[in-house]
Amino acid sequence: MTKKQIWDYGSALESTDHIQLKNRYDLFINGEFVPAVDGKYFNTINPSNERKIAEVAEADKEDVEKAVASAQKAYQKTWSKMHPKERGKYIYRIARLLQERAREFSVIETIDGGKPIRESRDIDVPLAAAHFFYHAGWADKLEYAFPGRVVQPLGVVGQIIPWNFPLLMAAWKLAPALATGNTVVLKPAETTPLTAMKLAEIIQEADLPPGVVNIINGAGKTGKFLVNHDNINKIAFTGSTDVGKYIMKSIAGSEKKYTLELGGKAANIIFKDAPIDQAVEGIINAIFFNQGHVCCAGSRLYVQEGVANEVITKLKKRMESLIVGDPLDKNTDIGAINSKMQLDKIKMYVKLGKDEGGTIHQTECLIPKKGYWFAPTIFTDVSQSNRIVQEEIFGPVLAIQTFRTVDEVIAKANNSPYGLSGGVWTDKGSKIFKVTQDIRAGVIWANTFNKFDPSSPFGGYKESGVGSEGGIEGLFGYVNLV
Amino acid sequence: MSQRINIKKTYKLFIGGKFPRTESGRYIKWADKKETTVVNICRGSRKDFRNAMVSARNASNEWTSRTAYNRAQILYRVGEMLEGRREQFMADLTLQGLTNKQAENEINKSIDRLIYYAGWADKFQQVFSHVNPVSLPYFNFTLPEATGVVAAIAPDDTSLLGLVSIIAPVIAGANSIVILGSETHPLCSISFAEVLHTSDIPSGVINILTGYRSELIEHFSSHMDVNAIIYCGNNSDEQKLVETNAALNVKRVIHFPIQDWSNDKHQNPYYILKYQETKTTWHPIGF
Amino acid sequence: MIEDWDKFDIIKKIMETTSIQKTKPIDQVNIQERVARLFSRSIKKESKIQALHLALSMIDLTTLEGKDSEGKVKQLCYKASHLHYKHPELPCVAAVCVYPTMVPIAKKELEGTEINVASVATAFPSGMANINAKLDEVKSVVDAGADEVDMVISRGRFLKGDYNYVSDEISLVKNACGKVHLKVILETGELVTLDNVQMASDIAMEAGADFIKTSTGKVSPAATPPVILTMLQAIQDFQIKTGKKIGMKPAGGIGTAKEAIQYLVMIKETLGDDWLSPNLFRFGASSLANDILMQIMKQSTGQYQSKDYFSID
Repeated sequence: MTKKQIWDYGSALESTDHIQLKNRYDLFINGEFVPAVDGKYFNTINPSNERKIAEVAEADKEDVEKAVASAQKAYQKTWSKMHPKERGKYIYRIARLLQERAREFSVIETIDGGKPIRESRDIDVPLAAAHFFYHAGWADKLEYAFPGRVVQPLGVVGQIIPWNFPLLMAAWKLAPALATGNTVVLKPAETTPLTAMKLAEIIQEADLPPGVVNIINGAGKTGKFLVNHDNINKIAFTGSTDVGKYIMKSIAGSEKKYTLELGGKAANIIFKDAPIDQAVEGIINAIFFNQGHVCCAGSRLYVQEGVANEVITKLKKRMESLIVGDPLDKNTDIGAINSKMQLDKIKMYVKLGKDEGGTIHQTECLIPKKGYWFAPTIFTDVSQSNRIVQEEIFGPVLAIQTFRTVDEVIAKANNSPYGLSGGVWTDKGSKIFKVTQDIRAGVIWANTFNKFDPSSPFGGYKESGVGSEGGIEGLFGYVNLV
Repeated sequence: MSQRINIKKTYKLFIGGKFPRTESGRYIKWADKKETTVVNICRGSRKDFRNAMVSARNASNEWTSRTAYNRAQILYRVGEMLEGRREQFMADLTLQGLTNKQAENEINKSIDRLIYYAGWADKFQQVFSHVNPVSLPYFNFTLPEATGVVAAIAPDDTSLLGLVSIIAPVIAGANSIVILGSETHPLCSISFAEVLHTSDIPSGVINILTGYRSELIEHFSSHMDVNAIIYCGNNSDEQKLVETNAALNVKRVIHFPIQDWSNDKHQNPYYILKYQETKTTWHPIGF
Repeated sequence: MIEDWDKFDIIKKIMETTSIQKTKPIDQVNIQERVARLFSRSIKKESKIQALHLALSMIDLTTLEGKDSEGKVKQLCYKASHLHYKHPELPCVAAVCVYPTMVPIAKKELEGTEINVASVATAFPSGMANINAKLDEVKSVVDAGADEVDMVISRGRFLKGDYNYVSDEISLVKNACGKVHLKVILETGELVTLDNVQMASDIAMEAGADFIKTSTGKVSPAATPPVILTMLQAIQDFQIKTGKKIGMKPAGGIGTAKEAIQYLVMIKETLGDDWLSPNLFRFGASSLANDILMQIMKQSTGQYQSKDYFSID
């Protein structure tokens, strides 16, 4: 994938012969895999070579009805009657089973979604297991999270997750919902259903009572049926801001609760007293991690003018050692773009950036003919009014601006309808605390970026969403406090 | 055909992740009520306690340097291992006079209690930390921090549940412990040590001794490197001795009277807090 | 004896007026994360064999013990040029590194080979001696024909904040070396923090080091990955500032081929391919060579090896 050098790493492919994948996956309703009522299936493909991996049942209105009914029954008859500590034990089982089958899940996540095996192996799967493990412990301790209140579950929750971290998002949704005593109907993204299906297998292995978790597949249509179903007490959604707004409108007037985790356009700020080499690494992690398919990606860089040259020079050099390639290659840093649709969107924005007068810089890398790929890209000579600076691209594209004073950069960082995350790089502690105090975003990373933990709440301000996930704050969305 | 002879178990101490005999070479004869089974329990000495303290202190850094998540997983694994050894504990508990039903209850409660505290290991910090709104431009936060090494005299009237109920919150809070098991019901102390040995817990974090309370309580409570001392019992002379000795280096004193440990009110995060110090840090906010 | 007192004074004056720039900030947690990411590279098959050969050619085979003798050094030199009796096609190591009194023996044994003779000097390993004695030692080593000198910095003075003294000392030693290539040992285990490592690296390079080296191998910890990455970044910054390429030598505690390959990855992705050469990178090690040989044999035969089949010197 890269130009010939003195010493090439060569390929180091992760083997796939140990995984178990079926050709066809049905809907997981009431503890069993059942075909859709109208027998329809859709394909899921490997974005690195456009080949079909499996076919997956597509849930229509009746299937959604069945799933919700199953979740309701499970809630009323089993789950709500169970002692919380026993609910916790089921969730612990899921965590431990996921740890035992970690490698298989990493490989399937990579094949289905396009992310590098190194990331799915080292980040997605361990973090997903950790989410289940952390939340399992809360099941019988909720009175301490909400002192002075009696804690009740909501009932049946509908959950819709995106394609950028398929397994991890499933964990972020399922774990707190179950720990707080709710039952679930989950809809994975249509381009990445497989790890959720494997998770359904683990749920069976863990002997979770049937109907507590139901997983149905489909696209926007399926999601609509779920959102609009009368017997769903709460909707949890992660995805684009547009769809988030649609959901708010759809459930307006109903009593349904909702939490939304939407888009972002995070400002990553480098001051001249920052540890520069580490800040450059931080930029790489902020925007090129997971091909930039991250809602909290540091997609706007603000670098203080005095160190701008040094930072940009070092950034370009560092980008040269990023390896774009086969996601199953352990040395790949940047995998495949998740879908043709997303690739087209990225291309559109990059063209727009050029048309609007930005200076583009991309690394030279060999792009294979098949599959969806995009080289890491940075734009300089852009300003706050450029569309590529305002709008979320969701790809490996960074827009760079300089700033002179701290007031200026805080104003620019906040000058956005989004408010999910931000980053600040400086050696001075007091500056960190002042900047984090003034930036209007839900997660601020100081001298780091894109760090996640089940105990650390994650959620956005403004159009980046409402509500949190993780930690005590993340439990609020799934309980009724009486 | 001659009868198969059983291999009898040797009861040793658990110090530094190993099973040494007591350096004193002395023993306590323990027998069940019917006197069908007689075993020699180690009569732990002050030197054994001293060695255990060295292990516990050395292990303290290792244990506090692990992530809370790791400690939670290890505690969970102790639960896994105990679950897997039910039969052994059933045998120990019934031999020590419990009915089958009582023994089963005690084992279930012990396992669930370990799982309970495993779940707190990575959460109590969130519940008991605070960011304080001081009236000055400072970021001010308060965190709990492990007190260090805890010495403990376990409840005497239970063999397993009391032991587990004392150990779990201490460990969940990132401390290490040297505990003297029940004198009259010593069998589970040793069996539990075997469970710990297979649980990924770093050597020296938990040390279990057996012996005479009357001989050891002086040393447990006076050792200058002990940060907190737990005394379980109703003997007011012993309690006074512990409190007096604690004054030597201002040990934290925690006293549990004889109580029914199977009551769930005896598992809660405030028990973890008993073995935590509080640290408050100030940092300016400004450009 | 210092011959050129005038030169010394001039140098001293220059050094006193040039202030050592405050070292730039460095973040330890981030460095450790970058190290972890670099170490996650997977090097297999052809690439691994290539790396192993490259690593072999970068070794400074070292013996620095109080009990060294003529016999020990002779055997070491033979091993240096004959790594495996069945495989004469393997590359030779870059150099042998010995105490000053052993230099003449090493020179004689390695005559006709491409292998350099490096000698420690300046009261190695502690550096606690009078400046005159240290310079005399350097001179004697140079006269005996050493190709490379490995000096130690004065750590006590550094930690005290006497950066000018530390810098002066290096300049004087460089002066005494003449054309002989100078490696400056920072003894990073005693410097403890990455800030100190970075500062010491900067001082050494500004004062004329051809190579900066982590450790004497007598103090633990010796060469650790975060320290090495810090030094590589300092070398990169020095190149950006002055255009000069300074070499790097991690020493002590590197015993396995796996570690050696990880460090090659680190160099490649931080400094670039130019540094993948014995001219700019060395491993200070004694048992590393055999571990690399074992890995080479494993790669070509497919079987895990036993130490019995690899000569110890």
